[in-house]
Amino acid sequence: MQLKMTGAQALVRSLEEEGVEILFGIPGGVLLPVFDVLYDSPIRKVLTRHEQGAAHAADGYARATGRVGVCMATSGPGATNLVTGIANAYMDSIPLVAITGQVATNLIGTDAFQEADTTGITMPIVKHNYLVKDPADIPDVVQEAFYIARTGRPGPVLIDLPVDVSRGELQYRRREHPVLPGYKPTLKGHKKQIRMAARAILEARNPVIYAGGGVITSGASAELRKLAEENGIPVTHTLMGKGAFPESHPLSMGMLGMHGTRCANYAMCEADLIVAVGARFDDRITGKLSEFAPKARVIHIDVDPAEIGKNVRAHIPIVGDARQVLKDLNAAIREMRSEVRTPDRSEWNALIEGWKKKYPLNYDRDSGTLKPQYVVERIHALTRGEAIVCTEVGQNQMWAAQYYKVESPRRFISSGGLGTMGFGLPASIGAQLGRPGEVVFDIAGDGSVQMTIQELATAVLEGAPVKVAILNNGYLGMVRQWQQLFYHGKYSCSCLERERTPDFVLLAEAYGAKGIRVKDPEMVDQAILEALETPCPVLIDFWVDPEENVYPMVAPGAPLYDMIGDLLYPVEKVHPEKAEEPFL
Amino acid sequence: MKHTLSVLVENKPGVLARVAELFARRGFNIDSLAVGTTDRPDISRMTIVVDVAEHSLEQVRKQLHKLINVIEIVDLDPETSVARELVLAKVKVDKDTRSEVIEIVDIFRGNIVDVSPESIIVEVTGSSQKLQAFEDLVRPYGIKELVRTGKVALPRGK
Repeated sequence: MQLKMTGAQALVRSLEEEGVEILFGIPGGVLLPVFDVLYDSPIRKVLTRHEQGAAHAADGYARATGRVGVCMATSGPGATNLVTGIANAYMDSIPLVAITGQVATNLIGTDAFQEADTTGITMPIVKHNYLVKDPADIPDVVQEAFYIARTGRPGPVLIDLPVDVSRGELQYRRREHPVLPGYKPTLKGHKKQIRMAARAILEARNPVIYAGGGVITSGASAELRKLAEENGIPVTHTLMGKGAFPESHPLSMGMLGMHGTRCANYAMCEADLIVAVGARFDDRITGKLSEFAPKARVIHIDVDPAEIGKNVRAHIPIVGDARQVLKDLNAAIREMRSEVRTPDRSEWNALIEGWKKKYPLNYDRDSGTLKPQYVVERIHALTRGEAIVCTEVGQNQMWAAQYYKVESPRRFISSGGLGTMGFGLPASIGAQLGRPGEVVFDIAGDGSVQMTIQELATAVLEGAPVKVAILNNGYLGMVRQWQQLFYHGKYSCSCLERERTPDFVLLAEAYGAKGIRVKDPEMVDQAILEALETPCPVLIDFWVDPEENVYPMVAPGAPLYDMIGDLLYPVEKVHPEKAEEPFL
Repeated sequence: MKHTLSVLVENKPGVLARVAELFARRGFNIDSLAVGTTDRPDISRMTIVVDVAEHSLEQVRKQLHKLINVIEIVDLDPETSVARELVLAKVKVDKDTRSEVIEIVDIFRGNIVDVSPESIIVEVTGSSQKLQAFEDLVRPYGIKELVRTGKVALPRGK
């Protein structure tokens, strides 16, 4: 069937065909033909207050639902404002389709009003992008964009749409399948490699599973759990992998890396086998690379072959979708179990249990001051650990990761790779709109939240009753922590002067949200409960201990076993000599 | 170590920019890059010479493969492939040296494609080493301008 329509109509029709139910964006001159058509479409339009908010909201929606997030912005500044959000999605492998308006094709290259080379600017931070020059290409381009965004290793795809292409006409037809001769993600793992991995797992004395965001992306949690339980292998997860494996599970060692648990980091150092699933050995995970996991052989399962061997040598690489590979791996292990003698692991298990008992995450609980960790613990308790938690970036993010234990996937939403301050609030709106029945908390810092605070307006108008818990320490807290530890306590440009500005309660109320201030530990529960009972967005301004630090910590450039900070309060032992290569 | 990659790509706008950007971003050095259409108008072939260690070559190949428009990558082994390059050189000549230069050109089975009173333009094709040898031999006469295409290559047989 062929239908004559405009480019804008074809775009909206294609979005509907892809099953898009919601998009986030801001119109502008060259996008008007598209928004004109969208007006009559059943797709929900969420008008954010800044394009960065649109990209993060689409990202949060994608993480919470597993669907492709869609955002839209006009040419020039609209598109450049999306850039941070697109880069954020790229670093965390989030399926996103970004649609940008562009000046008319005859003006491209003339430095026209609101012209920017959007495809050029975004090339390094997208999985793929398109500049559409012919309206007839629109159905194929949209179909390809969604397919590329959600398959293989997911990522953002951008479509740049000149205004005359939106206005032009075409005969609409939709292909059965996208035609992409150069794009065939490998999903099924190599059989021989899987058998090798199965043998290595059975033969390992000190095995560890290291689970990353790929487990969540591919929906591999159940298979991962089988692998861990059937073989009694302890599991650690990355920030992105939070929720891949239940944190209350006896085999869970918690998060690893710079602010991970001692148990997880020690286990990596002592392991003779690391089973990495959907993780990429980021520098925040490995610490000093040359001393990372010195005793371990590495099985690396990843859908992106370029991740394998990039930072750490993989002895048994397996390219494929995590769920598919783990399923095959579990089957192979069952088959081989009788042929292979598994060494006694009781010593290893005892070692891990010992570390867990000896080094739990902890903070000074008797200080009498309001501790940020306590706030997170109470949010966890009062939401029964069942909220969807978004975070900003910095100390708030690490405390959320350490103290909000997550039991299932897609409930912890955080900017991992790019570390984008300002991500949490718009992401929480996207997550809330994608999963309206859930309680959504944004655990925020006073620095981060001010970077996208204007999205409170979006939350209010769209009826997204997100709860923003600001761990307000009056500082760019992680910067201050590093300055304290590695720059001789010179707090250069990190103090935000919370006594003077802003008044977050008044700010919340100005936007039509509810604002609550808490300075007293006694009042924490009441504020959280009040927020939970309020059906509109609530901002709680927790005035926490300003100089509390995130511990334990592996100093940048230090090996994983060298953790500081959690054994003594206050911390006197710091290692300025390890700050040779600060890369905050 | 130098490697010659033969890369089949979809003949679409921006593909060269994507490849160049990838090399720049990941810090890989391109020695030479030649691109042109194949027998199929929708597919182009890029011949890229990179100077990287074995480990980095693996990354180059994998990262290239992630570009949606890249269809196939072959790391050409010099033993089982043929590679050619073309040079155009404008060499200074006068009535005394002209015949000497022409003799060198003949030895290299080159062509003279332009003649003027002070210079001639010579076209020579061959392996990179051959072109280098040619360049070295005519350099004493004075090279006014010179351009090389970069290597193009195909695997032998089949």
